Amino acid sequence: MAERGFNIKKQTGFGTIAITCFVLLYLPIILLVIYSFNAGQSIAIWEGFSLRWYVSAWGNQQVQDATIRSLVIALWAAGISTAVAVMAALATTRTRSFKGQTAVFGLINQPLMVPEIVTAVALLIFFAMIKVATGYTGLFYLIIAHSAFCIPFAYLPIRARLMGMDLSLEQAAADLYASPWQVFRRVTLPQLWPGILAGAMLAFVISLDTVVITEFVKSAGQDTLPTYMLGQLRRVITPEINAISTVLLGISVLMVIAFTLLSKIRN
Amino acid sequence: MAANPPLSPEARAARTRWLLLAPAIAILIFAASGPLLITLVYSFLTPGDFGGIEWELSINGWFNVFAQRDIFTDELGWSDAHLSIFWRSVKLSLMTTALCLFFGLPTAYFIATRPKKSRDFWMLLIIIPFWTNLLIRTFAIMELIRNEGTINTVLLWLGVIDAPIQMLFTEFSILVGMAYVYLPLMVLPVYASMERLDFSLVEAGYDLYATRLKVLRRVILPLVKPGIIAGSILVFVPSLGAYVTPRVMGGGNQLMIGNLIELQFGQGRNWPLGAALSITLLAIVMVALVFYVRAAGADSKKDGPHG
Repeated sequence: MAERGFNIKKQTGFGTIAITCFVLLYLPIILLVIYSFNAGQSIAIWEGFSLRWYVSAWGNQQVQDATIRSLVIALWAAGISTAVAVMAALATTRTRSFKGQTAVFGLINQPLMVPEIVTAVALLIFFAMIKVATGYTGLFYLIIAHSAFCIPFAYLPIRARLMGMDLSLEQAAADLYASPWQVFRRVTLPQLWPGILAGAMLAFVISLDTVVITEFVKSAGQDTLPTYMLGQLRRVITPEINAISTVLLGISVLMVIAFTLLSKIRN
Repeated sequence: MAANPPLSPEARAARTRWLLLAPAIAILIFAASGPLLITLVYSFLTPGDFGGIEWELSINGWFNVFAQRDIFTDELGWSDAHLSIFWRSVKLSLMTTALCLFFGLPTAYFIATRPKKSRDFWMLLIIIPFWTNLLIRTFAIMELIRNEGTINTVLLWLGVIDAPIQMLFTEFSILVGMAYVYLPLMVLPVYASMERLDFSLVEAGYDLYATRLKVLRRVILPLVKPGIIAGSILVFVPSLGAYVTPRVMGGGNQLMIGNLIELQFGQGRNWPLGAALSITLLAIVMVALVFYVRAAGADSKKDGPHG
C-alpha cells in the first residue's frame, strides 16, 4: 500500500470501464454519421464517399413536409412554453412559500414524472373527444401537447437563473418608484435573458425530439420527422435515414453547446 | 384599474402571482393533468366496437389487466400474456439499471477525478447524448447489432462466424438499447454526488490500511449513495415506461408495458383496458418515486443539513 506515487484517487479498472463507456456511447453515433455519407445502399459496407443520401432526403416530399411541420411545431411550442414558463418562474421565485405551492410545482413537473406513453395515451383519449365534437383536426393539438410537455424544460433554467440573481437591484428600482412592469422590463429582463434563451432552446430541442406524444396525437398526414423515421424503420433501411438523423444530431449538438455557453454567462 | 377597491399589499401580490401562473396552469390542465383524469374515467367504461368507448360503466378494463376468462370454458384465470409482459418490463428495467450502474458509476468517478479544467469537457460528452433524440440513438445502436449491421459484417469478414448472429428483436437487444439510451441519466446524478466527494476521507481510509476495494465499499459508495439512488430511479422509471426502444429493438415480438398499452389503442381496440394499463404503469412509477423520496429524505436526515 505504501508504494511510491500511490494515487488515492485511483480505483482499479474504473478508468478502463469509463473509457469503454465513452467509446460505446459514441461508436454507434459516429458510425451512423459515417454511413450517411456512404455511396452504396448499405449501412455496414463502405462503398465510398457521397452526398447522394442527403440529396435524396432533401428531394423527398414527405421528408420536406415532415421537416417543416417539425420546425413549425417546435417554434410554437418553444415560444408558448417559454412565455408561460417566464411568468410562472417569476411567480414562484419572487415570493414566499404560498398556499397551493406544492400543487403548482407538481403540475409544472408532471410531464417529467409521468411516463411519456401514459401522457400520450391520455392526450389521445382527450383529443379524440374534441376532434369528434368539433371536427377540427389541425396542428393545434400537437402544438398544445408539445407546449405542455416543454413547460418544465423551459421553466427549470429560467427559475435557476432567477434564483441566482441579485435581488437588491430590483428592490432599488422599486424604491425609486418604478412600477412592477418597469422593474421587470428594465431590471429583471436584461439579467434574465440568458436563462430565457436557454429555456427556449431546451424546449425547442425537446419538442423536435418528441416521438411518443406526437405518434399518438397526430392526425393522418401529420408526421413529424421523428414519427416519419419511426414509420420508415419497418421498411428496408437505407442511409437516407442516417442522413436525416445526422442533420437532427447536428442541430442537437449545436443547441447543447450554445446552452452550455449561455448558462455560463454571469451577471 | 382605478375603480378597483384598494387591496392590501399581500392580496395584491397573491393576485399577481396567480395571474402570472394562470397561463401555465391552464395549458398543463388542458394537455397534461385533465387528460390523465379522463383516462382514469375511461378505464371504467365499456370498449366500443371500433375503438373508443361506450358510456357504460364496467370494471372489465381493470379486470383484464391481470386476469382473463377462458374463451372456451369461461373459466377465470390469470392473464399469462399480460403477466409475462409486466414481468419482462420489470426484469429488463432492473437489468438496465444494473448495467447503467456498472458502466455509469466508474465513468462518473473517472470524470470526478479528472483535473477541474477537463471535467467540463468530459461532462459535455455525457450531456450531448442526453439531449440527442432518443429515436436516433436507438436507431444508431440498432444499426450496430442488426443482422446486416456493423458487428455481424465485421465478424463475417473476419471469418469468426459463418452466419450473422441474431441479436436484434430479442430481449437482449432491448436491454442493450435501453442501457445505451438511458446511461447518461445514471452518470449525471452520480457525478453530482462524486464531485462533492471529500478525498481526505479516502486518504484516511488508506492511512488505516484499507485496500482499494474496501475504500470503495466502505468509504466512497456510502458517500455517493444519494446519487446512486437518484440515478437508479432516473433509469428505472423511463425504462419501465419505454415505448420507442422496445418497439425498435424488440420488433413487435418482445412487448413491454408501453407496447402493450399502444396495442389496446390500435389492433386491440380496447381503450378501457389500455387506460387501465396506463394507470397501472403510472401507479408503479409513483411507488418508485415515493420510494426514492423516502430514501433521499432518510439520507439527508442522517447526514444532517449539509449531507
